[in-house]
Amino acid sequence: MIPFEYLEHTADIKFRAYGKTPAEMLSNAAAALFKSMVEPATIVVKETWKVELKAFDLEDLAYQWLCEIVFLFETESAVFATFSVNLEQDGTESMRLLAEIGGERIDLQRHSFENEVKAITRHKFGIKKNEVWCIQVILDV
Amino acid sequence: MAEISKINDNTYEVPIGYRPGMRVPGRIFVSAALRDMVESGTIDQVANVANLPGIVNYSMAMPDAHLGYGFPIGGVAAFREEDGIISPGGVGFDINCGVRLLRTDLQATSVQPRINTLIDALFEAIPSGLGATGRLHVSDQQLTDVFINGSQWAVEEGYGVEADLSHCEESGHMPGADPAQVSVRAHKRGRPQLGTLGSGNHFLEIQRVEEIYDEPVAKKFGLFKGQITVMIHCGSRGAGHQICTDHLEVLSRAVKKYNIDIPDKQLACAPLGSPEADNYFGAMVCAANYAWANRHIIAHWTREVFERYFPGSKLDLVYDVAHNVAKIEEHEVEGKRERLYVHRKGATRAFGPSRSEVLQAYAGVGQPVLIPGSMGTSSYVLCGNDRALDLTFGSACHGAGRVMSRSQALKLFTGQNVKAALNKDGIVVKATSPSMLAEEAPQVYKPSGDVVDVVHNLGIATKVARLVPLGVSKG
Repeated sequence: MIPFEYLEHTADIKFRAYGKTPAEMLSNAAAALFKSMVEPATIVVKETWKVELKAFDLEDLAYQWLCEIVFLFETESAVFATFSVNLEQDGTESMRLLAEIGGERIDLQRHSFENEVKAITRHKFGIKKNEVWCIQVILDV
Repeated sequence: MAEISKINDNTYEVPIGYRPGMRVPGRIFVSAALRDMVESGTIDQVANVANLPGIVNYSMAMPDAHLGYGFPIGGVAAFREEDGIISPGGVGFDINCGVRLLRTDLQATSVQPRINTLIDALFEAIPSGLGATGRLHVSDQQLTDVFINGSQWAVEEGYGVEADLSHCEESGHMPGADPAQVSVRAHKRGRPQLGTLGSGNHFLEIQRVEEIYDEPVAKKFGLFKGQITVMIHCGSRGAGHQICTDHLEVLSRAVKKYNIDIPDKQLACAPLGSPEADNYFGAMVCAANYAWANRHIIAHWTREVFERYFPGSKLDLVYDVAHNVAKIEEHEVEGKRERLYVHRKGATRAFGPSRSEVLQAYAGVGQPVLIPGSMGTSSYVLCGNDRALDLTFGSACHGAGRVMSRSQALKLFTGQNVKAALNKDGIVVKATSPSMLAEEAPQVYKPSGDVVDVVHNLGIATKVARLVPLGVSKG
């Protein structure tokens, strides 16, 4: 299983990320999102950030998760390389995501940026489970 | 499936039935050559927009149309106040992404020898690119003022002059802002980014007026052959992106609450008059005002740089247009004046002389319509015509329109060879990221002249001047 792949899109960035579990899929989706912005090999994990999110279903949780990474990137001025995700059922009505993100503060001498991801779109955003879990995402760049 | 039909040389119709649920037909304004560049996905998006409640006449796509999310890029649709909707999918994440054109009193011959120095200084003075922080440090209270007052705030703070305001669409501060609908997260993203250019296709360009098509109108706009102009293309930065993201979530729930059937989740919307619609509109206006203030501040720093190298030079505003926005406008519908919510996503308002919104300075002529080219190709100044009101609710294209994906561009070009090719044509480019240059190579866009010709030939807007780039500063 490949962790993620980018697909052709005329104007924006489209990717699919995979996982044997929903948590692994969300971790790989975060890696795909971040790789479109900055080369992960240039990032040294020096700090960690904790994320906790709640949503009604997995799709909403996934959307919030990716939005949160864009938000943290901009407001913390940090780049991320590791994404450890845990999912929990929170009662019968909602799901909870607990994650730890590893990365460092932006150093323009070392980090060269590829794309500015403005936002995560909901266009053709979706999750499917066949042999493995798969999420499709289009980023507005 | 119903077939697309040709109405005339520059108009194609997407009939009801092309996709299920269409309430009105689609209209795509392209020439035969550009028609071949319109992807089927783009046509599907035109058809999807036609599903939305209260849509008037047509779901439209301008000649630069290409694949977007929700609406196509280059999409225009108007919705009736009584039974229509508002959708962030028809505005985009970069609320009030727009273009500002400054004219100088300088001849290209005196600027060209110093173009390298000038571009370096502008690149230095105006923060751009990812990871860059602004020169400004505004408080939350000041940011709220920006959301309400836009360019007016900037002028009061000493960025720009009073005379600039009338030369902006909406005078640079659109009424209806509701800062209570802007989240803490949007504040957090917006605060450090005020006065930054951003990245991607945003740019600051020094240009030369290469060709004048309409001498009297050019004179009215203060343009002459051989003149130096400065074009600024950017939007509402993280503030706008976050406002759209936040309200998209609310409106995704609203479609269920109000039982609206949408063919694409990005077309999430709410009925006009509902609290969700009002709240989104109020927040969207905040982002629009932020973008006008942002371009105002950038223009001010541009003036400072020119003053350093060309003391006493004058940089006056020709105009500033929004090309990602929803506006409340009155239009004639079946012989009656109606208040409509006109969504323009990657489309420029192109009002002709009959509209009261056209600024006094250009009365009798029509508003300037600013169409940036891609990096290395011509930009155009057009003048809005009243004919556009009948055809497109007074809307024109907003640029050249992409035809090649970023990954394809990266396979074909490198930042270095794009830069070298532009240098060979006498164009100086300064950018933070080489891959960004490759992704924005001139070849990835449709020819801007072809796109503008369609608008001109349809009578939406008339060509006034062509501007060629001399130097570009990019994120």
